[in-house]
Amino acid sequence: MGEVREIRSAYVRPLDLKHGRVDLTHGSGGRAMVQLIAELFARHLGNEYLGQGNDGAVLPVPSIAGKPGRLVMSTDCHVVSPLFFPGGDIGSLSVHGTINDVAVMGATPLYLAAGFILEEGFALNDLARIVESMANAARAAGVPVVTGDTKVVERGKGDGVFITTTGVGVLPDGLQLGGSRARPGDRVLVSGSLGDHGVAIMSKRENLSFDAAIESDSAALHGLIAALLATGADIRCLRDPTRGGLAATLNEIASQSGVGMMLHEKAIPLKPVVAAACEFLGLDPLCVANEGKLIAICAAADGERLLATMHAHPLGRDAALIGEVIDDAHHFVQLTTAFGGRRIVDWLVGDQLPRIC
Amino acid sequence: MKFIDEFRDGELAQTLAGKISALVEPFRRYSFMEFCGGHTHAISRYGLSDLLPDSVRLVHGPGCPVCVLPIGRVDMAINLALQQQVILCTYGDTLRVPASDGLSLMKAKARGGDIRMVYSTLDALQIARDNPQREVVFFAIGFETTTPPTALAIQQAQREQLGNFSVLCCHVLTPAAIGTILESPEVRQWGSVPIDGFIGPAHVSTVIGSRPYEFFAEEYRKPVVIAGFEPLDVMQAILMLVRQVNEGRAEVENEFSRAVTREGNLKAQDRVAEVFELRREFEWRGLSVVPYSALRIRRNYAQFDAERRFKLDYRSVPDNKACECGAILRGVKRPQDCKIFGTVCTPENPVGSCMVSSEGACAAHYSYGRFRETGQVSV
Repeated sequence: MGEVREIRSAYVRPLDLKHGRVDLTHGSGGRAMVQLIAELFARHLGNEYLGQGNDGAVLPVPSIAGKPGRLVMSTDCHVVSPLFFPGGDIGSLSVHGTINDVAVMGATPLYLAAGFILEEGFALNDLARIVESMANAARAAGVPVVTGDTKVVERGKGDGVFITTTGVGVLPDGLQLGGSRARPGDRVLVSGSLGDHGVAIMSKRENLSFDAAIESDSAALHGLIAALLATGADIRCLRDPTRGGLAATLNEIASQSGVGMMLHEKAIPLKPVVAAACEFLGLDPLCVANEGKLIAICAAADGERLLATMHAHPLGRDAALIGEVIDDAHHFVQLTTAFGGRRIVDWLVGDQLPRIC
Repeated sequence: MKFIDEFRDGELAQTLAGKISALVEPFRRYSFMEFCGGHTHAISRYGLSDLLPDSVRLVHGPGCPVCVLPIGRVDMAINLALQQQVILCTYGDTLRVPASDGLSLMKAKARGGDIRMVYSTLDALQIARDNPQREVVFFAIGFETTTPPTALAIQQAQREQLGNFSVLCCHVLTPAAIGTILESPEVRQWGSVPIDGFIGPAHVSTVIGSRPYEFFAEEYRKPVVIAGFEPLDVMQAILMLVRQVNEGRAEVENEFSRAVTREGNLKAQDRVAEVFELRREFEWRGLSVVPYSALRIRRNYAQFDAERRFKLDYRSVPDNKACECGAILRGVKRPQDCKIFGTVCTPENPVGSCMVSSEGACAAHYSYGRFRETGQVSV
């Protein structure tokens, strides 16, 4: 009879977050992956739902004024390059971007899911910075990451890290916002200066770096949106003008609603540094991406009231009324130039700046 | 923006517009060709024609570098990228110019060509330094403005003995193009393209000076006013042209005196002369084959000449039959006169080169001005 020996518990070397790198085992479903999740993702993003540790999270749906409301769901992939930029990084961006997509529907964002595609060799230190920033953004917004997934691809098959986030929110019955609701006479508002995100990213591109005192405007807009909705104003449509900028967003709404728009160049808020950068790069600031700006279209009578509400919110201090919706069978978005002429504000052709978000 | 906003001032524009309106003579029409795409772009982007009296008509000229690039030249670049497997560097606008077989450099990139957009020839040199095992070719296009930087890059490559760097030279010359337009039957014999004067190039003139235009003013009795690319520059130039026409003068005047002298940039001219020589002939899109209208790399720098290095032969390829780019580049037709404008041919799917660059007449009209076609004015 052999003697019974106690089985020694294995020593698990902690993740080397200073010098370690992602390797293929981190995505293999084995202990290394469990360790990465525990020591990095769960440590920063942890909450009671993520802590359930199952294949999916079981979530309560809060009722609105005693009614169940409707679910709003949106998903967004993030491939921004560089991963870290003035005013943010891919982590905070992936939280803000998806919260905004849910919030512009008029919904209160509740939960996020996050999928990570990591490239073999990616520094764990950078990954930790990204996850931490994501956690901070989610905490500040009050929207937890409740479930996630991680995959690792071989070196050369990815570009550091790609993050997909999915958001869920609740929308009260009766509230209906949408791109097809703009009517001639409506007012067009923007919550602040345009093009900050795109120019901040561009200023750090490898082949192009220039010194511009500009930060990305990356921010979660659900607080500002809640304040706007609380006014009871007749809001037709809210959008966040990301890729393609103001031009793409307004062209989209114009064609969905079957209307035209007339904007006034002098009224459009633009930081001088952004205007200057666009000038020498040959970009149109109206086509440059934003990550913390809101376009609102509302009934004419409510324009000034919404503008005042925006001004009272920290994310809407530079808000402006920039134009109105007009009757136009061609659905053109037009602009009266500060010079005194008129022109079309067209969709962006091609991509003046790939991998902006 | 200091030194920019001053040239886009709406109130000054109104003042100038008032002066032009007061000066134009009744029952007289004024047709001015803006040679440069930079002017075409400014006119469309700032809605300049809204400020001009109906009797002043602006005719778009051929001065858009990617517009005049013939299909055969783009084919050569695509061949270098796909067959010869070089790293092909070029300026952004060139990427979308339509070539043979439905290709463009952009589409060739998706097929595996290593094609990179650069902002400067210095970037192309750096790519050559960073990739010593690869051949790196700079696809050089443009008028006299972009020629000196190419000359410098070639001289720098020689100093550094960068054996893997070469240039596919497609630099063209402004005076040759103006001369061709003035000699065209539409202008000279039939009068179907009335040209009462030229808004002369801005950036090109900083290099070549105002002197080369004196021949056109004298020989063809056409006034030339060299103008900057800002909208007020263009307005001021139109005012000066109207004055010359009214007074029966045909002179070279310089509105862009803050940057252009009569002699131009002599240092840049010297560099260009050191590295380049005239080509006997060159095919332009729209203007067809124009003698002595382009540059090629001199024998002393032969090792940096991609045409010699890769033994490339130029093969002329006709434009799409329905495309009117040729007539538009000569001022014979307007973009909206083309049957496929805005239908088959759009900035997303350009058939002709004029729909590619924002300086192209078709792209500028499509992106900024096509509301004028609808005949409705709803403000």
